[in-house]
Amino acid sequence: MGHFNSEVLQRAKELIALYPHPRSALIPLCHLAQEQDGWLTPEAIEEIAQLLDISPAEVAGTASFYDMFHRKPVGRYLISVCTNIACMLSGGRELLQHVSQRLGVAVGGTTADGMFTLEEAECLADCGSAPVVQVNHRFFSAMTPDSVDQLVEDLAAGKLSDVVPPHGVLNRVKREVGLQVPVEELVRQRREASQAREERARLAQQGQEGRS
Amino acid sequence: MAITEAPHIVTADIDAPNSHTLEAYLAVGGYEGLKKALSMTPEEVANEVDKASLLGRGGAGFPAGRKWSMLAPSEVRYLVVNGDESEPATFKDHMLIERMPHRIIEGALIAAYATQVMAAFIYVRGEFALGIERLQQALNEAYAYNAVGRNIFGSNFSVDLVVHPGAGAYICGEETALLESLEGKRGYPRIKPPYFPAAIGLYGAPTIVNNVETVSNLPWIISHGGAAFSALGEGRSTGTRIFALSGHVRRPGNYELEMVKTTFRDLIYAPVLGGGIRSGRELKAFIPGGVSAPWFGPDKLDLPLGQDEVGANGSMLGSGSVVVMDDHTCPVRAAWRITHFFWRESCGQCTPCREGSGWLEKTMRRIEEGAGRPADIDLLLDVCDNIAPELGWPPQQTTICVLGPSIPSSIVSAIRMFEDEFAMHVKEGACPYE
Ligand SMILES: Cc1cc2nc3c(=O)[nH]c(=O)nc-3n(C[C@H](O)[C@H](O)[C@H](O)COP(=O)(O)O)c2cc1C
Ligand code: SF4
Ligand code: FES
Repeated sequence: MGHFNSEVLQRAKELIALYPHPRSALIPLCHLAQEQDGWLTPEAIEEIAQLLDISPAEVAGTASFYDMFHRKPVGRYLISVCTNIACMLSGGRELLQHVSQRLGVAVGGTTADGMFTLEEAECLADCGSAPVVQVNHRFFSAMTPDSVDQLVEDLAAGKLSDVVPPHGVLNRVKREVGLQVPVEELVRQRREASQAREERARLAQQGQEGRS
Repeated sequence: MAITEAPHIVTADIDAPNSHTLEAYLAVGGYEGLKKALSMTPEEVANEVDKASLLGRGGAGFPAGRKWSMLAPSEVRYLVVNGDESEPATFKDHMLIERMPHRIIEGALIAAYATQVMAAFIYVRGEFALGIERLQQALNEAYAYNAVGRNIFGSNFSVDLVVHPGAGAYICGEETALLESLEGKRGYPRIKPPYFPAAIGLYGAPTIVNNVETVSNLPWIISHGGAAFSALGEGRSTGTRIFALSGHVRRPGNYELEMVKTTFRDLIYAPVLGGGIRSGRELKAFIPGGVSAPWFGPDKLDLPLGQDEVGANGSMLGSGSVVVMDDHTCPVRAAWRITHFFWRESCGQCTPCREGSGWLEKTMRRIEEGAGRPADIDLLLDVCDNIAPELGWPPQQTTICVLGPSIPSSIVSAIRMFEDEFAMHVKEGACPYE
């Protein structure tokens, strides 16, 4: 028995099939693992390695490069507060301090009930609505201390579960179709098309020469 | 200078309800550009784009048509659309991805046809959860509509498109790091030469990398012709472009404007654009093109928004993001925060970038926190000079990618413009703005 449940395993195989080389699916599979488990577990790393036919160390070593992959459990809601330049100019650093006090955890910490993890984010590309907060990478922009308090309250009460799925769920929209055309066929098509174009160009040139 | 009547190209119809759906996109003429492109030869499509003189919108400003023509001949080649947008204060691609995903897909397919690639990928920044969902949804719709896949719109052109999520690493926006990441590896930039993507790209095959906004221009260019595009703007800076305005303005946001015709003063002060400085304060400085760019003072307000015009004045239009700082802004803190970002995001391959960013960050923080020493300002300039010798513009390259040499921009600008404020931090042992 592998670590992935049958549905996740099926989706993993579909993802791998989208790429010319299986290893390209590494990041999508790590996201999938976090969707199942909430974080990137050693068991999931083993399974991804098997699926991609590489070593677990290669999976772990790659995943550790990326901020979104958590090798330790995080809260159900990961709150990211941006403090980069545009948000800083609009009170982002003070907002981060406020959330830290409100939750009673230091930046990087998780609340005792496992509900919230707080992190300081780099620019989240919504700077026109600074300061910017994400919860599980869903945007809550132009926040104030009051609105962020309300947000935390609503999350704790489970009021936002439609908008904010549990941590790890990134993409709820499945790709409906696999690849439509095998590469060998495409290579042949491109070659034929290019030969046909050259032939047409040659004929056109001949025609012109014939006229002149 | 003025705000012109130029049409909106990439942001057209973006405020329509459900602009991200196929239904809404078709209602405003969506996919007509692709249909027209498929009735032309790939060379004719490439020629129109060349005529448009469309400069890349990802930061480096290289002409898209020229880049395509450099694609090495090979049976297998790829297209990758760069939607990793993480340059601080840049938030245009994020908006296009969430609200106009079909235009990106249509543009990607036009590029794929012109360059006759085997497959195309759209690499989307991992933190854009909604954007990834919208783009995947749009791609599903596009497949059902036969805009992508086998025999597109009944033509003999077939190509598949894949939406690929990133996972949180600024450096993956750099095109060779992005390709490494797309190969399932750590996002380490490759050394150029030889690893120019158009020569040796994804899995070693020739690859075109184009920015999300760049490809979003293609449907319009094909529908209206390259000449109509190059009639907008001036000189090398043709067409329109999104300027992302943030910081201490009344009306921050993304504004699509005709290139060169509008000035920074218009962008920041015009009532229909930035609306002036917030809370009735005065402008202190602004960053003209993303945090890798050197800063400008109020004396540069009348420069036009054009690539060459900004370049000739010692900075760059870069990613098109303008950050406005009012007279209550501490320049030490602002430059420190930008340095902190680069230090956090340096991939660590090159010594000047990895070590230099750490030194600079620590020294800047010490000054901001009131523990700076009188020699620190010279120390900062010295470390900056080691990363980008002679501190000129554009910076000299000492590293594998240009992240490293971009680090000095904000520090050197802040020191050159506000050295007295650095000195005050050191002398008083505190930040005067605290
Ligand atoms: C550190 C660094 C980060 C970059 N980030 C991005 C990015 O987020 N999005 C982007 O399109 N280009 C980014 N670029 C530029 C790309 O390397 C590349 O030039 C661009 O994607 C090419 O597309 P274009 O020609 O259409 O502009 C970055 C470059 C560097 C050096
Ligand atoms: S300059 Fe910095 S980010 Fe770029 S490759 Fe070198 S260490 Fe990595
Ligand atoms: S600086 Fe905070 S979202 Fe860009």
